[in-house]
Amino acid sequence: MWHTYLISAFKTNPLATRGVCILPTAVVSFLPWQTSLNQKTDKVRLEMEHKDKSMIIDGRALRFTEGETILEVARRNHIDIPTLCHLKGATPTGACRVCVVEVEGARTLMTSCTVPATAGMVVHSESPEVIRSRRMTIELMLTSGRHDDCLVCPSSGDCRLQDLAFRYKVKGATFTPSGVKYPMEAANPFILRDFSKCILCGRCVQACNEVQVNEAIDFGYRGAEAKIVTKGDRALKDSDCVFCGECVQACPVAALVPKNARLVPRMSETRAVKTTCSYCGVGCQMNLHVKNNRVWHVTGCEEVAPNHGSLCVKGRYGFDFIASEHRLTTPLIKENGAFREASWDEALDLTARRFKEIAGAHADAVGVLTSARVTNEENYIAQKFARTVLKTNNIDHCARL
Amino acid sequence: MTNPISDIEKADVILVTGSNTTETHPVISSAIKRAAKFGGKGLIVIDPREITLKQYATLKMAPRPGGDIAWINGMIHVILKEGLQAKEYILDRTEGFDAMAEAVAPFTPEYVEKITGIPGNTLVEAARLYAGAEKGSILYCMGITQHINGTNAVKSLANLAMVCGNLGIEGGGVNPLRGQNNVQGACDMGGLPDVYPGYRKVHDESHAQTMEKAWGVTGLSRTPGITATDMVDAAIDGTLKALYVIGENPLVSEADLNHTEKGFHNLEFLVVQDIFMTETAQAANVVLPALCFAEKEGTFTNTERRVQRVRKAVDGPEGVPADWEIVCDLARRMGVPMEFKSAEAIFTELAAVTPAFSGLSYKRIEKEGIPWPCPTADHPGTPRLHVGSFAKGKGTFFPIEWTPPAEVTDAEYPLALTTGRVLYHYHTGTMTRKSKGLNERSPECFVEMAGSDAKNLGLSDGTLATVTSRRGNIKARVKVSRRMHKGTVFIPFHFAEAAANRLTNAKLDPDSKIPEFKVCAVRIGSAPEARG
Repeated sequence: MWHTYLISAFKTNPLATRGVCILPTAVVSFLPWQTSLNQKTDKVRLEMEHKDKSMIIDGRALRFTEGETILEVARRNHIDIPTLCHLKGATPTGACRVCVVEVEGARTLMTSCTVPATAGMVVHSESPEVIRSRRMTIELMLTSGRHDDCLVCPSSGDCRLQDLAFRYKVKGATFTPSGVKYPMEAANPFILRDFSKCILCGRCVQACNEVQVNEAIDFGYRGAEAKIVTKGDRALKDSDCVFCGECVQACPVAALVPKNARLVPRMSETRAVKTTCSYCGVGCQMNLHVKNNRVWHVTGCEEVAPNHGSLCVKGRYGFDFIASEHRLTTPLIKENGAFREASWDEALDLTARRFKEIAGAHADAVGVLTSARVTNEENYIAQKFARTVLKTNNIDHCARL
Repeated sequence: MTNPISDIEKADVILVTGSNTTETHPVISSAIKRAAKFGGKGLIVIDPREITLKQYATLKMAPRPGGDIAWINGMIHVILKEGLQAKEYILDRTEGFDAMAEAVAPFTPEYVEKITGIPGNTLVEAARLYAGAEKGSILYCMGITQHINGTNAVKSLANLAMVCGNLGIEGGGVNPLRGQNNVQGACDMGGLPDVYPGYRKVHDESHAQTMEKAWGVTGLSRTPGITATDMVDAAIDGTLKALYVIGENPLVSEADLNHTEKGFHNLEFLVVQDIFMTETAQAANVVLPALCFAEKEGTFTNTERRVQRVRKAVDGPEGVPADWEIVCDLARRMGVPMEFKSAEAIFTELAAVTPAFSGLSYKRIEKEGIPWPCPTADHPGTPRLHVGSFAKGKGTFFPIEWTPPAEVTDAEYPLALTTGRVLYHYHTGTMTRKSKGLNERSPECFVEMAGSDAKNLGLSDGTLATVTSRRGNIKARVKVSRRMHKGTVFIPFHFAEAAANRLTNAKLDPDSKIPEFKVCAVRIGSAPEARG
C-alpha cells in the first residue's frame, strides 16, 4: 500500500510537484509541522474515495476495484502493457522494468505490475518516455548473455524477448555483450538450463516457490554474477527439483526449455490441442503440441480450472508412450501358447463366438473389467454391452486398486 | 470430492491423511502447500511415513498402519470432551449423534496412543486445531480406504467433519483424491456390478424398468454382479469362465498376485484390450489393440466431479479403433446392434439416461468442464455437495469401532508393509515405464525402511533384499530413509518384475470390497538368503 499513499501524496501535496522528497502520508502524518497539510490531503482523498473508483489510462476513463494494479486494470480493458517478469498468481516483483508506465505527477516511471490503481490517477502506457525506457531495458537484456542466435533458438517464435525486440525495434547492438558466464546444464532427462539466455526476470523462481511451492530454485550470487541456483548451486538432478516444469512454462525466453528442444519442432511450429491429462484424478487441462501427427510438447492450460497452468512431471514429460514403438497395432490370437497376428474380423468373430457360447450356456459366466483409464463414453458403452448383450451385471473396474 | 479443488485454499485448516499428495496428486499438493505457506492456514498431516507434505504441516502425526479409525475417533473424543463441536449444526442437520458419541467414548488419547503410537498430547492439539477453525477441509486417499475397515474409516472421517459442521460449506468437505484420470467417470457411468449409470441400483425394479425402456431391451438382470476382486475367486472356482478386460492390468494391480494369476489362468477365455502388451494381455487368448487418450474424442470426470473434454490430437496406429468402437463392433457381431456415429452421440445418450448428467453436452463443456450434478441445460453444475441440506435429508453419524488389520506383525513376519506410488510412475507403469526420462529418475523397485530397521537386519542402502510375506516374495533394493518409522516399510507397486502385490493381502473390506493393500506383515533378509 506504500504506493497508494505515495500516489495520493503526489496528487495533492504541493511539495511533490517541486521535487521535494516525498514520504508516505502514513509516515508524514506523524510529523507535527505537516498537520494542516495532511488535513487538506485527507479531505481531498476522502472526496476522491467517495467518487467512482476510476482512473485514466491512455485517455480512457476506467473503473477499478480496490487493490487492482495499473497492469490489471489495463489488461482487463485490453490495453497491452508488455511484461516479462509478471506471473499471474504470484507476488509482483517489478524486476524486469518492461511494464513501466508514466503516471502524471510521479517523479519517475512506475512499474505498472506493482503500483495499485488509485482514484483520479492518469496513466500513459506508451508515451515517448515509456518507449525510450523500454527500449533501453530490452537493449540491456539483449546484451546480457547471448541473444544473437534467434535463427537456431528453440524458443524462436515463442519468446517474449524476441516479441519485445520486434515491437520496439531493438537490435541489441548498442553495447558490448557481457558474454556467457555459466555453462549449459543438461544433466537430467527433462530440462535444459541455458544460462546464456537467462534475463533474470525471476518468473521461474516465483513459479517454483509461489505457485508449485517446490522451493527448489532461487536467485544466487550477486550483481553481474547473479544466477538462478538450486540449494548449493547443484545440478537440478541432485536438487529438490521434482521436474514439474512449471519454471519451463513460465520462462519467457529460452533459458529453460525441454531437454530435447533443439532436436524437435519448436513450440511455434506446433498446433495446440486442448485436452485432459490421462494420469491421476486431478484432471489437469493441458495442451498437446502437435506437428506431423506427433505430440512434441505438453503445456498446462493457464486460464482454466482445475490446474490453471500447472502440471506435474508425468503430465508434462510422460507422453512418449503415445508414439512408443511398443504400441499394440494389430489383434493377436494365442495358439499353442504363442501369439500370432490376426485380422480384426478374425479376432472379433472369435471373441463374439466364444462370449456367445459361454454366456449362452451359463448365466453370469462372463465378466467385463472396464477401465478407470478410458472415457465416460467408453465406460458407458462397456456397461451397456455387459448388461444388454452379455445379460450380466458382472462389470467392474479397478476403482479399488 | 464433496468440494472443488479451489476450496482447498479457502479452508482455515486442512487435514490430509492417507495421501502422499506431493507424489500422487502433485498439482493438488501445490494448493495445500500454498494455503499453509502463504495463506497462514493450519495444516494437519497424518501418515505412517514422513512424507514431503509434512514439511509444511502445522502439526503432523504418524500412526502405525491400520490405526486410522483409532485416531479419528480419538480426535472426535477430544472435541466432544472439550465442547468444541458445532452444536447447532449437529442439532439441525444430522442424526445418530448419540450412538456415535458413545462409540468414541473409549478413545481417550491414552488408548489411541496405545493403538497408533501417536502421543496423546499431539492428538489433543490436532483435535483443537481442526475443531477450532471455522472451515475445515479433509483430504484423504487410498491410505484410508485400502484397509479391511476402509469404509468405516471414511465414515469416521465424515463423523469428524460433521461434528465440526464442515460438510456442505465452502472450504470444507470430506474429499477423496481419486487416483486415476477417470475412476470417477467409470463409477458414474455404471462400470460397477450393482449400479446403472448415475448410481441407480440394478436390483431396484423401477430402475431396471427405466433402463429397459431407455435401452429398448427386456430381461435386464436384477442380480448384482460380482466385483473385480470377487471375479478372481469366481474364476478359481470355475463359475466365471470368460473375462473381457478393457484397459486394465489386474495382474500387477490386484492384491495377492499369485492368487490372482491362479484365477486368470483358470479362465476358459480371456480377452484383453489395451494400448500395450501388459502382463494381463500376455495371459489372454485374444489381444485387441486400442487408442490412447491423445487419439480419440470423449470426456473424463475428475476427482471434483468435473466432466472435461478429451480431444483427438494425433492419429493412432493405422486401423486401430477406439475402445467404444471395438465394443460396439463386438455387440453387432453378437447380434445386438449398438450403433453410434461418434463419441459425442454416446455422450448425448448417456446424458439422457443419467439424471446428474442431463444438463451436460459437449457444447457446454467446450471451454471449461462442469461438475455434476447438472440436471438441466441451464444448471451451472454443482461444485459443492450437501449445501443447505444433505442429499438424503439429514447427515447420519455412524458409530464406528476400531478393528485391527487382517494381518498383524509377529515374530516370523515382524515388519508392517505399506504400498503406494512414487512421483515418477503411475499405477502399473504401463505408460510411465515406456517413458525414458521417468525411468531414468525412478528406474527400479525399492524397499524403503528406517535406518534402525536396516541396521538390525544387517542391510544397508542399496543392498538387494528379499521381502517375504505369507503369500510370496520379491527382491528389491534397500532404500534407507528418514521418511520411515521403525517397524514399517514401504514398497511402490509399479514394478511388475518386483511386484509389491505378490506380498499384499487380498483380505477385503466387506462393504467396498477393497483389498488391504496398505498393511500386511513381512520379513526382510539380504538377497543371498533367497538363493539359499
